[in-house]
Amino acid sequence: METGRDRPPFTAGTSSDVPSSARTPGRHCIRNDRLEGKDVSTNSLKEPTDRGRAGDKIFSGVSLAAGVLILAVLFSVAVFLLVQAAPTFTADPTEITGGEGFAAYIVPIIIGTVIAATIALVIATPIAIAVALFISHYAPRRLARAFGYVIDLLAAIPSVIYGAWGYIVLAPQLATVYAWLAENLGWIPIFTGPASQTGKTMLTVGIVLAVMVIPIITSLSREIFLQTPSLHEEAALAMGATRWEMVRMAVLPFARPGIISATMLGLGRALGETMAVALVLSPGALVASLVKTGNQTIAAEIALNFPEAFGLRLNELIAAGLVLFVITLIVNMIARFIITRHKEFSGAN
Amino acid sequence: MSNRIDVKDLNVYYSKFLAVEDVTINIDARSVTAFIGPSGCGKSTFLRTLNRMHEVIPGARVEGEVLLDGDNLYDSAVDPVTVRGRIGMVFQRPNPFPTMSIRDNVLAGVKLNDKRISKSDADALVEKSLRGANLWNEVKDRLARPGSGLSGGQQQRLCIARAIAVSPQVILMDEPCSALDPISTLAIEDLINELKAQYTVVIVTHNMQQAARVSDKTAFFNIAGTGKPGKLIEYDETTTIFNNPSVKATEDYVSGRFG
Amino acid sequence: MAANQTLQRRQSQLTRGRLPSYAVWVVLAASVVLGAALSALIGFSVVGWAVITAVVFVVTATIVTAVGEGERRAKDRLVTFLVYGAFLLALLPLVSVLWTVLERGIPGLSYNFLFTSMNGVTGAVDNASVENGTPVLGGAYHAVIGTLLITFWATLISVPIGLLTAVYLVEYGQGNRLARAITFFVDVMTGIPSIVAGLFAAALFALLFGPGTRTGFVAAVALSVLMIPVVVRSTEEMLKIVPNELREAAYALGVRKWRTITRVVIPTAISGIASGVTLSIARVIGETAPILVTAGFASSINWNVFSGWMGTLPTFIYYQILTPTSPTAPDPSTQRAWAAALLLILMVMLLNLGARLIASMFAPKTSR
Repeated sequence: METGRDRPPFTAGTSSDVPSSARTPGRHCIRNDRLEGKDVSTNSLKEPTDRGRAGDKIFSGVSLAAGVLILAVLFSVAVFLLVQAAPTFTADPTEITGGEGFAAYIVPIIIGTVIAATIALVIATPIAIAVALFISHYAPRRLARAFGYVIDLLAAIPSVIYGAWGYIVLAPQLATVYAWLAENLGWIPIFTGPASQTGKTMLTVGIVLAVMVIPIITSLSREIFLQTPSLHEEAALAMGATRWEMVRMAVLPFARPGIISATMLGLGRALGETMAVALVLSPGALVASLVKTGNQTIAAEIALNFPEAFGLRLNELIAAGLVLFVITLIVNMIARFIITRHKEFSGAN
Repeated sequence: MSNRIDVKDLNVYYSKFLAVEDVTINIDARSVTAFIGPSGCGKSTFLRTLNRMHEVIPGARVEGEVLLDGDNLYDSAVDPVTVRGRIGMVFQRPNPFPTMSIRDNVLAGVKLNDKRISKSDADALVEKSLRGANLWNEVKDRLARPGSGLSGGQQQRLCIARAIAVSPQVILMDEPCSALDPISTLAIEDLINELKAQYTVVIVTHNMQQAARVSDKTAFFNIAGTGKPGKLIEYDETTTIFNNPSVKATEDYVSGRFG
Repeated sequence: MAANQTLQRRQSQLTRGRLPSYAVWVVLAASVVLGAALSALIGFSVVGWAVITAVVFVVTATIVTAVGEGERRAKDRLVTFLVYGAFLLALLPLVSVLWTVLERGIPGLSYNFLFTSMNGVTGAVDNASVENGTPVLGGAYHAVIGTLLITFWATLISVPIGLLTAVYLVEYGQGNRLARAITFFVDVMTGIPSIVAGLFAAALFALLFGPGTRTGFVAAVALSVLMIPVVVRSTEEMLKIVPNELREAAYALGVRKWRTITRVVIPTAISGIASGVTLSIARVIGETAPILVTAGFASSINWNVFSGWMGTLPTFIYYQILTPTSPTAPDPSTQRAWAAALLLILMVMLLNLGARLIASMFAPKTSR
């Protein structure tokens, strides 16, 4: 039919010798002959191929744009906070709340934030790791998944409800415990009395935060415990190790980086948690005792004061938010960095 | 009429790694050509360059020419999508679309490209393609059922029906029977024999008996060692390759002395 | 005779040095009794009883094991008790919270609560209902509307951006530098404190429309900042498990990449994606802090997210507890707060349940 088809293949030269106009129409004839004109793809060949190509370009462009937008948003979070916070740093120190400049205002509530998060982690980490071990290695196989869901439910409850629970249910119950602590262990600085009558203290905040952090640490640790190479576990058991010895020899060393980063993520959450603190704590000046009212966290300071704030006070609170943002960003970046490195490491094995 | 493929001095790279070196081969129209060789010799990689499927892997590129009836697939103006419409492919493991019915699987090439097609034309195309893949009688009563409900061999024939529904000129098959039982394999081999009346078929296989059974010509690929590129060692009539090969390595391989 | 011999040998070979299996239960029973006695001494309470029983049981059982089976087994047993104990301890707050919300929320959950707003409900109204014992007036209708509207807009913003980003990461980026950077910062974004997300939206709109711009839409933007990373991560996971063979099958049919993605890849993963989106909605629907700083608070119905302050369920709970409508008679406010909390938990649980149902009902049918 077409010349050139029967040429010896390699004398034909490159395809640029073949006029493109001779290519397409000719093929239509062949294909129509062959398929009695019912060949549907024949039509597509008449379509300019550029239309479809544009679709590809648009779609990949749009999805790229979405990805870049996310980076831009994160970047602009920092920029907008910085712009809106700026007046605070240049303002006359006497105009800042407290009258002694921004540093004197922010440092106590940074310390308060760190105290609350530390209490939460001290309580939550051992419990969360034990719960993760329970689900991954101790619970009956059939129920393990269901137990996992139950722990995830803890994460699903909105923080304002934890706050309300801490305010109305937990704090009054703890008040008696605090009174006992202040009476009997008052010589330890953190339990110095007189204890709060309402129980709305930093320790209560720490406990509520611990409840909120447990599911976060648990779910990540659980995932990593389950990734322990079963060969290592079986090797330990084959040597006659008890279950705990197997966990200590095979599971925990393998999971250590994962546990550390899970704890860091929990820390990030505890640092930034707002409502539980805003509802549970009776804020006040920085005090060492955890059973007295007092102390404040950045997030709660913002939430409590922002609705009525205007002018410089608004800038001040945004500056506080910026500080919180930077702290949590650093904590989260360290956590993610550990996870990423761990992934690469275990992938290489 | 012609659907021949001529490959000239083709090198295939993955980034900097040369995977297949300097292949020159002329594949006859309307025949079955088998590629055989040990694992990792580049025969599948080479097969994928024949319809530019290797481009799906980032960093893969080729040097040289692949001519379909004299037109270079790698001409800069050629859209790989057009190439794949002309040169279909069947994969190692049957891969029907799990979200689609049997009928929609056959029509996938048409529907996914948003081509308008009347219902009667679609019905005719489905029947023709399924008959072409020797599957019509087995599935005609359950065209609306999901394609993943079929047996492995039926799924593979569904994939062949799907490939021929876009009416390609060439069908490439990458070890199409390696995931199937002997009876399904036989059905596919019978089908390949029928397909060559209309299409040029190129099949990669690990199974030398299969190559001997279905192919007209056979190409033997080999690799000098790990990290070295795969090469085309010998290409001839299948009977010659299996009974009277001219290269020692081919003889060793087909007689089962290595590989 | 013979059977007796085998039995005896078995005991002597493999179960030597093991306590009989009922030993644990004996210790447990003893601990319960001892716990009851001790707690009675210091003033009986269920909590005290449970705590003392647990401590006595763990200590005794460990000592008994150490004596009967050796130190290694005792350690193993102790850890087992602690691990089980930790799980029970973690369940306590969950049970307590759910119990509290149910117990205090159900009495307030009435037709009146669901379908009236707080418009016109003042301290005097609450005082009257306390003094006269009449039903508590006012409800959360405006807050439910606000929550639904704000969440709807946040979803509308987040889903396309999150979905497309995930598509970019899985289908186009394929581990290049930009994709790795996006993945990293999406992970970092999941850790942004919600109040900071709220401040961001507030600062953004303050720059654009002047300070003090507070509307439902600002809140929706704030929630999107929290929601997008969740959508990206879950969608990414789902797209990754779509077998590559399906993409190749489509490409080999001459289907373009964008059509392959929109017509093959996404439909195959749609159940997982939908379930991820549902979970992300569940995550943000209970957010309070970002709403406080972006949408303000309203006690009447506002259907317009683009103008005016807006009430939501979480802020409703917060303000009803912290600043009761009538400072002298806070009970009606507390009752409304718990009813709203119950409503909110129901919404979140339904969303979680829905996500699991979607995931299991429309799980991708794999051929293998």
